[in-house]
Amino acid sequence: MAEYRTVDARGLKCPMPIVKAKKEIDAIPVGEVLRVIATDPGSVLDFQGWMKTSTSYELLKQEEGQDEQGRKTFVHLLRRKA
Amino acid sequence: MTTMTTAELAIDPAVRAYVDQRLAELRARQPDDRVTLVVFSGELDRNLAALVIATGAAAMGLEVSVFYTFWGLSALKRQPTLRGKGLKEKLFALMTPSRLNRMPVSKMNFGGVGRLMLQSMMREKQVASVDELFAMARQLGVKLIACTMSMDVMGIAREELIDGVEVGGVATFLGDAARSRVALFV
Repeated sequence: MAEYRTVDARGLKCPMPIVKAKKEIDAIPVGEVLRVIATDPGSVLDFQGWMKTSTSYELLKQEEGQDEQGRKTFVHLLRRKA
Repeated sequence: MTTMTTAELAIDPAVRAYVDQRLAELRARQPDDRVTLVVFSGELDRNLAALVIATGAAAMGLEVSVFYTFWGLSALKRQPTLRGKGLKEKLFALMTPSRLNRMPVSKMNFGGVGRLMLQSMMREKQVASVDELFAMARQLGVKLIACTMSMDVMGIAREELIDGVEVGGVATFLGDAARSRVALFV
């Protein structure tokens, strides 16, 4: 987990998790993976929706978790394809 | 059904030319990955919705054009000036908000108290403010267009609008909207 570049979008509301992730993913090399941690439950469908319009990235995994403050988190792993 | 051989599939050059031409025509009419919004409203909540869609779409890699018309023009104002304006134009300048985050809310505004309440609730819940979203939209390359006809009617000069805004009319909007997958009027 720790080897991925991570975007902390916890606490942020729509559309900021997507906006922040987009900025970061364009800064990583092609083929690399970006990890986005969000607390917005809407981010699960939002990242899936983004992938529907994009050919440059793919969604590898989405998982729910909990952070050290006990907040429910949604972790999204995105890979930059191009 | 019989299987066709390659020879049987050979296409008449005239047919091929026709098909190729039709294909090219159809491809040219395919919409771009574009979203076009018309912002007619000068209300904070509606502008928030428009900006969330615009920034979200831009972040998703879609081309975004936002046309501001009538009351929506308030979002693009820099410093309103009264100089050179007629009486009615002056009144319009004084009666319309000159900043995005000073716009009233469309419901329960109560002389601006409703707006302040909404803005404070947005802050508490870490929703980006309209100003932040607007700045983000510009950073993401969202194209902003001001409607010349409504600028003219309301007596708003180009100099009263912020930099980086293009001006255009209905054909500018339709030119973008017709090539868009999504077009919305807010």
